[in-house]
Amino acid sequence: MGSITKKFKELKRRGKKALIPFITAGDPSLTVTEKLVYTLEESGADLIELGIPFSDPMADGPVIQAASERALKNKVTLWDVLSLVSRIRKKSQVPLLLMGYYNPIFVMGLERFAVKAGQAGVDAVLIVDLPPEEAGDLRKELKKNKIDLVHLLAPTSDEERIKKAVRSASGFIYYVSLTGITGARLTVSDEIRQQIEKIRQSTALPVAVGFGISKPEQARHIADGADGVVVGSALVRIIASEGKKASLFPKAGRFISSLRKAIDR
Amino acid sequence: MRRFPDKSGHFGIFGGRYVSETLMPALKELEEVYRQIDSSFHQQFDYYAKNYVGRPTPLYFAERLTQKLGGAKIYLKREDLCHTGAHKVNNTLGQCLLAKRMGKPRVIAETGAGQHGVATATMCALLDLECVVYMGEEDIRRQSLNVFRMKLLGAQVVSVTSGTQTLKDAMNEALRDWVTNVRTTHYCIGTVAGPHPYPMIVRDFQLIIGRETKKQLKQLKEKNPDYLIACIGGGSNAMGLFYPYLKDSSVKFIGVEAAGEGVTTGKHAVSIGAGRVGVLHGNKTYLLQDKNGQILPTHSISAGLDYPGVGPEHSFFKETGRATYVSVTDKEALAGFKLLTETEGIIPALESAHAIAYLSKMIRRTNKDEVIVVNLSGRGDKDMNTVANAMGVKLE
Repeated sequence: MGSITKKFKELKRRGKKALIPFITAGDPSLTVTEKLVYTLEESGADLIELGIPFSDPMADGPVIQAASERALKNKVTLWDVLSLVSRIRKKSQVPLLLMGYYNPIFVMGLERFAVKAGQAGVDAVLIVDLPPEEAGDLRKELKKNKIDLVHLLAPTSDEERIKKAVRSASGFIYYVSLTGITGARLTVSDEIRQQIEKIRQSTALPVAVGFGISKPEQARHIADGADGVVVGSALVRIIASEGKKASLFPKAGRFISSLRKAIDR
Repeated sequence: MRRFPDKSGHFGIFGGRYVSETLMPALKELEEVYRQIDSSFHQQFDYYAKNYVGRPTPLYFAERLTQKLGGAKIYLKREDLCHTGAHKVNNTLGQCLLAKRMGKPRVIAETGAGQHGVATATMCALLDLECVVYMGEEDIRRQSLNVFRMKLLGAQVVSVTSGTQTLKDAMNEALRDWVTNVRTTHYCIGTVAGPHPYPMIVRDFQLIIGRETKKQLKQLKEKNPDYLIACIGGGSNAMGLFYPYLKDSSVKFIGVEAAGEGVTTGKHAVSIGAGRVGVLHGNKTYLLQDKNGQILPTHSISAGLDYPGVGPEHSFFKETGRATYVSVTDKEALAGFKLLTETEGIIPALESAHAIAYLSKMIRRTNKDEVIVVNLSGRGDKDMNTVANAMGVKLE
């Protein structure tokens, strides 16, 4: 059993929901990202998403695009992200999910990527522009290295799409809570709850919800119906404004604690 | 012969559907609607192609150019005479009619030189569709005339300031819009790239160029051409000319990419000739990228060729050897621009000038009983500022 599956099981047993923050690796620097991972874990994160910077992040809003650009200015590569994970693994066993676009992985080579990611201690991978239909080769390589492949589902996904995604995915399902790019404003609707119910009819995999969650109240509301909540842009915004200042860590920590408290209530 | 793309949208290893899950249903819907189009759709398409776009466009024997260059007989397929001034309208006519069929009231598009944007805005005005065009800030500067045209046609032009502020970034932004508004919006991609079914659909709407060429050469009692030459950005005008000749193996396809300041300078847009296979904008194809898979900025004097990728079927043609891909520099393109203007009295778009430039290079290797068709994909009015700048002339 992968450590992500274990984590969701443990949370379920304790009646809790997973809190999953997203940060872009190398924004504002790899050193800060490493320290930030420990801060997030201490402040109540159950699983951490690390963004792999990409020059053309087509599914992301301006906040995460800018984070990607900052990381690329630092010349952060996929190799650097994998080394970062190795370093984190010396101090922390928090489950780590790499999130990014397909091209850097394709160019590295699927087998090479999967082996290196396995050695580094990556637990799961989510590729935004790799739907189940195109994911076969990567899935095979990841499986050999005991890494989960997480798929997205969206409000536009019908039953056929849901079935395809859950057959291909492991670890959990990432439900995109609104049609749109990351960081757009949340429209809390019954639709989310209904969609999650529909997904649950097809799979026992946990369902985490993301895209557009920025406030403790929203997080709590979403957590009610889901197994976990992802918070990205709101956290990346704090990183953007604090940069390399020491105040970044307490600020990010307080933000994550406030979400933790809200979803545990 | 097998037909491409296959069911899942692949041309060999190229093409496919590399998009976020949110868009998958929209792509399926588009594919279904497209596969179900019937004779009434084709009638409608043909009606507008003839009476509105002005098709068939002439296949013109460039006698003076032929004499001057002293090689094969040169024919120009006059897509520059289409309504709106370029071949782009063939595709936007088809896609906007599809949007109508799907009941989507809003159409978005990306544009580089502005030709696709103008063609989209035009069809949206005609068919009463809301239109939003994404255009890189850099391109807005160099193509201000087309920006004004789009606005006159009722389109909203959104300036894209992210990344390199050119065509690829406009496409990123259009994709972001589409993800957000997918239920009400059709994304009208301007070239034979993007996720399946776009490379197929755009090809099919553009192959009217090659079909007419075939018919017109027959009427002229001319033999099958020995060479077809067209410029390549994403590659839609080239694909439109080439595709009907796919099975005529004696017809050589030549695609001309933009070498900008030269392939060795790094300032160019030679995706096939100098790129590597990768995944961007929904398809697997040749891309200009660094060793870590980050997409590289491109350069060309022609905004329409300033793109780091190419349609997947062209990558497939390159792989199978069906087509040859070459490149010419900004300087050579400008010389081609002058050559055609002065010998034939036709001012070509800077994109099409790349094809003319290569023609003037390769013609020495041809003989007088051979036939060449060059696709004159667009007219040059939009490029007056750029050309004047390059010539050191100040326009008021």
